[in-house]
Amino acid sequence: MNLFSKLIHNRFAPAYVPVLVIVVWQLLGQLGYISTRTLPTPLKVAEAGVALVKSGEIFHYIWDSTRRALIGLGIGGGIGFLLGLLNGMSSTANRLLDSTLQMVRNVPHLALIPLVIIWFGIDEKAKIFLVVLGVFFPIYMNTLHGIRSIDPGLIEMAKVYGLRGFALYREVVLPGALSSILVGLRYALGFMWLTLIVAETISANSGIGYMAMNAREFMRIDIVVFAIIIYAILGKLSDSAAKWLEHTLLQWNPNYAKR
Amino acid sequence: MSRTFSKGARLLVRGASKRFGEKPVLQGIDLDIPAGQFVAIVGRSGCGKSTLLRLIAGLDSPSEGELSVDGEGIKGIHPDTRMLFQDARLLPWKKAVANVQVGVKSRNKELALEALAQVGLADRANEWPGVLSGGQRQRVALARALAGSPRLLLLDEPLGALDALTRIDMQELIESLWEEQQFTAVLVTHDVSEAVALADRVILIERGRIALDVKVTLDRPRERDSGFAHFEKLILDRILERSENDYTRNKKLSYSI
Repeated sequence: MNLFSKLIHNRFAPAYVPVLVIVVWQLLGQLGYISTRTLPTPLKVAEAGVALVKSGEIFHYIWDSTRRALIGLGIGGGIGFLLGLLNGMSSTANRLLDSTLQMVRNVPHLALIPLVIIWFGIDEKAKIFLVVLGVFFPIYMNTLHGIRSIDPGLIEMAKVYGLRGFALYREVVLPGALSSILVGLRYALGFMWLTLIVAETISANSGIGYMAMNAREFMRIDIVVFAIIIYAILGKLSDSAAKWLEHTLLQWNPNYAKR
Repeated sequence: MSRTFSKGARLLVRGASKRFGEKPVLQGIDLDIPAGQFVAIVGRSGCGKSTLLRLIAGLDSPSEGELSVDGEGIKGIHPDTRMLFQDARLLPWKKAVANVQVGVKSRNKELALEALAQVGLADRANEWPGVLSGGQRQRVALARALAGSPRLLLLDEPLGALDALTRIDMQELIESLWEEQQFTAVLVTHDVSEAVALADRVILIERGRIALDVKVTLDRPRERDSGFAHFEKLILDRILERSENDYTRNKKLSYSI
């Protein structure tokens, strides 16, 4: 019992299940229960990964994908943030724009892929455009919600103390909406990778999605699985980055303070 | 009164009325508050006392009548007027001292630290408001209000949410800072004994009108002696008597419906 509770509270506890899965997977593959044509063993995947790292190809692909993702996030997130600010502060803008945006939001942005391919072909613009659409709405919605849910008492206080215009934004509105905006950012990061994976799988001549699709043509399942793992790692890394931002920027909030 | 003339502001209210839609909240309020006076406005909840304070603060404008500070009509928020709210309304993302800096016109940190020292919180300057107690938060808010050396301080039930012991501490603090800085103070409260403890003059508002205007002629610091009890009883009786009439009248009304 004592040993059990020690194991559970170990800081490696979250790794138990993935490690177990990998061990079982390796054993099943090795013993021939899973055909290597269906799923290569973890060791084979690792070998493929090592080869890609050695040739340096993988870094090239990761960089291409990351660059697309970040450009899309910058453009889509930036527009979403600005429109969220505008609609949060001005009821006129909100009346004019919000219902249109809500309508567009309900169209799955991946449904636009055929249209996007006609518009932009299969080059960079198409993929970045899709990422922009994917990250826009989570940032927009959460910025708007963050501004709407600021305590009106604080705004009134700020007015009594003569804060207006830019100072009111900087000292009250933005910090007040920040925790909500960061939630939006975390969602946006998820959508960012999701959109990019789909876009790269359909049409690309570089990037991780391209690597996976290319490997499929040669039946290199080990590389396909390795590509999936890379996506998982990138997703986890960006989520950790967002979490780190929350911890750093929201130190004042007892809900985020380090325990 | 001459000693306080230069520091405090004189507040004049002439026939001020306020309606929200069809519902009259304040009706024909006339009030002359000399510079440096400490006035308490008491009344039951919903009587219009907070609305009057918001008119004085310039947060709302009157439907009729006019208000002026030192002969200058109140239009919007005046930089020499500061307000202390019932909830401290500190910015949770700013440390205590940065919150006080909001109240310093030049944003000078030294002045903010001085103001914090005045309310006895110099050692908590670098704490987030989230970790301070309710009383400490209200003291930070008081430091913020006073850091700008206001000539008119408006207090909207600032001690209502505090426990009894903290409240007595805060009353003493407010009184001593008022005596030192000689601003004009208007305190809205539903606690009659707090009004008698702090104010030179207590004004009772009932259904949007001034029902009573008493000068509290007691020496400071105020002892809770028989003189204190006299004033407390005088005001309380007036409030409660009227409220009994309210009750019977409401009952009749409900029967007639």
